[in-house]
Order: sequence, then C-alpha cells, then structure tokens
Amino acid sequence: MSGVARGEGLNPARRIRELVTPEGVDLNLVLAEASERATAFLLDVVFIVLALVAMTIGLSILAAMLHFAAAAYLAALWVLGFFFIRLFYFTAFEMGARAATPAKRMLGLRVVARSGGPLTANAIFARNAMRELEVFLPLTFVATKSDSVDLWISVFGLVWSGVFVFFPLFNRDRLRIGDIVAGTWVVHTPRRILGIDLAAGTPAAQLVFDRTALEAYGIRELSVLESVLRAKEPGTMREVADRIRRKIGRTGDATPDAEFLSAYYVALRRHLESRLLLGRRKRDKFDTT
Amino acid sequence: MSSGPDLKSHRFRAEREADWQRLERILDHFERGLTTRLTDDEVIAIPVLYRSALSALSTARAVSLDDNLIAYLESLATRAYFCVYGTRVTAREWLARFLAHDWPAAVRGLWRETIVSALFVILGTIVSFALVQRDSQWFYAFVARSLAGGRDPAASTEALRSALFDTHSADGLAFFSSFLFSHNAEIAILAFSLGIACCLPTTFLLVSNGLVLGAFVAVYASHDLALPFGGWLLIHGVTELFAVILAGAAGFRVGWSLAFPGELSRLDALRTAGHQAALVMAGVVAMLAAAGLLEGFARQLIASTPLRYAIASATALLWGLYFYGGKRQP
Repeated sequence: MSGVARGEGLNPARRIRELVTPEGVDLNLVLAEASERATAFLLDVVFIVLALVAMTIGLSILAAMLHFAAAAYLAALWVLGFFFIRLFYFTAFEMGARAATPAKRMLGLRVVARSGGPLTANAIFARNAMRELEVFLPLTFVATKSDSVDLWISVFGLVWSGVFVFFPLFNRDRLRIGDIVAGTWVVHTPRRILGIDLAAGTPAAQLVFDRTALEAYGIRELSVLESVLRAKEPGTMREVADRIRRKIGRTGDATPDAEFLSAYYVALRRHLESRLLLGRRKRDKFDTT
Repeated sequence: MSSGPDLKSHRFRAEREADWQRLERILDHFERGLTTRLTDDEVIAIPVLYRSALSALSTARAVSLDDNLIAYLESLATRAYFCVYGTRVTAREWLARFLAHDWPAAVRGLWRETIVSALFVILGTIVSFALVQRDSQWFYAFVARSLAGGRDPAASTEALRSALFDTHSADGLAFFSSFLFSHNAEIAILAFSLGIACCLPTTFLLVSNGLVLGAFVAVYASHDLALPFGGWLLIHGVTELFAVILAGAAGFRVGWSLAFPGELSRLDALRTAGHQAALVMAGVVAMLAAAGLLEGFARQLIASTPLRYAIASATALLWGLYFYGGKRQP
C-alpha cells in the first residue's frame, strides 16, 4: 500500500495524458487500461443483476402481502424498474460528484471530458446510450436461436458487433464508441495515502558519505531505493544494501541494512535535490553530465 | 530544526501537510455526496486549498525527489480540480433547462435529418401498402405472425373491428403500457446507436417500421376500416412515430458526421453530433413513455373514433408547437 499506483503497466508513460489546468499546471492523467474498463463493467453488471433480483423479491413480497390484488400494477412497476435500472444505472452514478459507477469507484476510475472541461449530462447520456449498441446488441445476436434467423446472419451480426466490443483495444486512448461520441475518456484518480517522509526524524546511523559515494547514483535509483524503504522487505533490503556498499566501497560497513539504507537515502536525496535546485537533474547512474 | 535532517523538501512538506489533509477530508465528504456535512468555512476554503495544492504540486515537482509525495499531490490536485471545475448543475436545474430550451433547440437543429427520417418511414409505408393491396400474401413478408395476432388478410371484418374497439378495464393495461414503453425505447435507442454504422442500419429500421405500418393499413383498408384504424393507431402513434423518427434523425446525424465530418476532424465532428443527438434521445425516451401511456390507457379506454382523432391531433399540435413554435433565440 505504498505510493505505487495500482495497475501501472510496464510502460506507464504511454498511458499518461496531459490535462493543463487554467492555473497552468499539468495534472498528468493516467488512462485506464482496457482490462480495468472491462472488469469495472462486469462488476457493474453484477451489481445491476443484484439490484434486479432485490427488486423482484421486494415486489413479490409486496404482491403477496396485498394478496395479489394489484399484481398487474406491480408487474408494470417491475417492467419499468427493469428498464430504468438497466438504462440509468450508469447515467445516474456518472452524473454524481465522483463521476463513476460503484465498480469504477472501487477501481479508482472516473469519467472525464477529453477537453478537460466539465462533464455534461449530455455527454454521460450519450456514452451510455451507445452501450446499447456495444453490449446488448451482441448479446441479442448470441441469444437468437438459429431456427428463427439464419445461422449465418447471426454469425455475421456477431462479428459485426464484435468490432464495437473490441474497439477500445484498437486505439491508443482506449476509447469505446460511446467515449468517442460523448467526447469522454476514463482515467485513474485513485485516493493516494501520503506516506511518512523518509527524510524526517533523526537518522539512527550517523553515517557520512563522501562526494563520490553520492555521485554513484541518480534520480531513478533514488526512487527505487524509496520503494524498497517503503516496502520494508528484509531480503530485498539486504540485497540492495550489499549492492550499494559494494558500489560505493563500504564493504566493511557493519551498520544494520535498514539504517544504512535510510541514511544513504537521506544523504543521496539531499545531494540530488540540491543539484536539482541548481538546475541539474541527474536522471540515473549513467547520466554523467 | 536541531533534530531532523534539514532537507528543503522535508521542510516544504512539513509546512503544508496540514492544509493538504484538510483538503483531503473535504474532498472525501464531497465525493461521497455528504456536502451537508461541510461547514460554510470549508466550502469557501475549497478553491483556496485547491490552488495551494496545485502550486505545491508544481513546486514539489521542481524541488522534491520524494515519489510518494508527488504522486499524492497529483492525486489530491486532480481530485480537487474536478471538484472545483467539474461544475455540475442540480438535477432540477438541468431538467428545467432541458425542457425549456435545450431539447426543443436540439430537435430544431436536426430538422433536415428529421425530414429524411420521416421520408424513409413514409416510403416504407407506401411501398408495403401498394404491395399488400396488389397481393395480400406480401403481408406475411412484412409482419411477423406473433405481431399480427390474427389481424391478417385472412381475418374477417368483424374480427378486425373488434381488435380496434376492444376496451379493457384499466387493470391489465398498466403492465401492457409499461411493456410497450420499454420495448419501444429499446428500439429507438438502437436506431440512434446504430446510426454510427454510416446510417444504413437506421435506415433499415425506419423503413421496416414503415413496412409493418403500411401492411396493416392495407389490410384494414381492404375491409373499409381505414378510418377507425387511423384513430386506433394515431392516438398514440403521433407521439410514438414522431419519437421513432427523431431517434432515427439522431442516428443519421451521428452517422453523417462520421462519414462527412466537414472541416472538423472525425473525432470532433462525432463529439459535436453526439452531444446534440444525445439531447434529442433523452427526450425521445420521455416521449415514448408518454406514447406508452396513451397506447396502454387512452386507446384501450376510449373507443370513439372521433375522440381518438381529436386526441391524436391535439398531441400533434402540442409537439409541433413545443418543438418548432418556440422562439429561435434562447
């Protein structure tokens, strides 16, 4: 549960999109993967089915309590409820402050206008009306029995609608047809927890590192070291500590691994940050400019 | 600062952390919809805290090498951004604006597509009427047996007449009308969403709708029942057919903008068309609900043909005035 984003792929840079606020700061939005979108949708379908089952049971109990006097009205209510839950489940939740269905919330996703502006009700309606084409139409082709319609027609229909189902896989932004029509995309906005500052508090080991020891690594190695320190895995810590000791020529050092690493982290961060203030950003250990 | 290591990025964080935590707490309430739990002070503080989080983010990117801190600030600033700039109207304001201006304006904007869409339905009706008149066997090509329900060319005049004037008690009608509504709404949404495939499936849906219509008219006309059939059909049909035609028009607009985007890029053209079409569609669902009520209740309870025609023309007048009679400017 450190600061590492859930579901960050092998190359997260490809999924980052610019969103510059009116104040001029780029928020670096991270697009949701197709797999996450699919997971969220399937979870939502489960929730919808549960809601329908609950509605059916509730109305049946109500009908039984009324001794089936108003059964026809309750049946009408059921049909309407079915329609509205199916059509407006997505729309209603995405119009909320979090702009996400319950499953999207669980996965830390939200719907965002591609322009960066406010997400309008029209856009939400459009993206969810297109779902009818993307999901329910293929389902009807699957469900159609081959005796009423020619088998080949339903196969053709299935292939044709498959184009829409798999559409998000064939564009960089993972847009489905509904996203294109509505001008939206789905991004990660997970709640992050602010971890402790690893540079806070008095270091247990008062180690002094000379300049060559601090020149050995760059920003990328510092960030790896940060994640090692946050994960607190003893095996990894030993391995990393040994490696650093060898690299900076401190093989005889007997300080415990955790203390050594955190002391080196603070020293390296101080060194790199002071160079950063002077405008020199040492990317990694190979960056010798 | 005698104890801690004196890193600039550490002091930077220590000075601002309380503000970030305050903003985070406010956002947690806001995102869960618990806005009533926020005090006035907190609501007023949101934009201020948002801007300070944003400037902290850009400073942190410049001076800090703490990944966790930067990731946290990015997430906090993004959440606050959507809270501040994701200006949302309440459902009531949106509905009022939608009914008073947005929907009629969007429908007016689609007038060309509406005409084309209506022509396709009329074309289907005329073709099937002519074919069934010449050879009644055509009827079975256009109308599924389950839909016809015995109202086919082989039926007697008496059977056809009774189908038109059978009045029921209101009890079973609620189910019937809600079923009709959700069925029709699905067809209309399909006509819209299929428009993206270069209008062709939408055209097919509209024409086949007309084919069914024309076939029934021909059967009833052959028994001199065209006039009562018109009343039976139009009492709800004015609203329903109009809604289907508008759904088709919305589909055409989307498909057309994909095929011929003009000066915009295809993506932008689709987005512009999609927003307008979605507005129309939201209204179409409402129209179909009205049509379902008219079909389920009014038609089954009112057996008089003149009265049916009166209601039909009243609805036609209402929709016409509402959509096309308003002021051009908002």
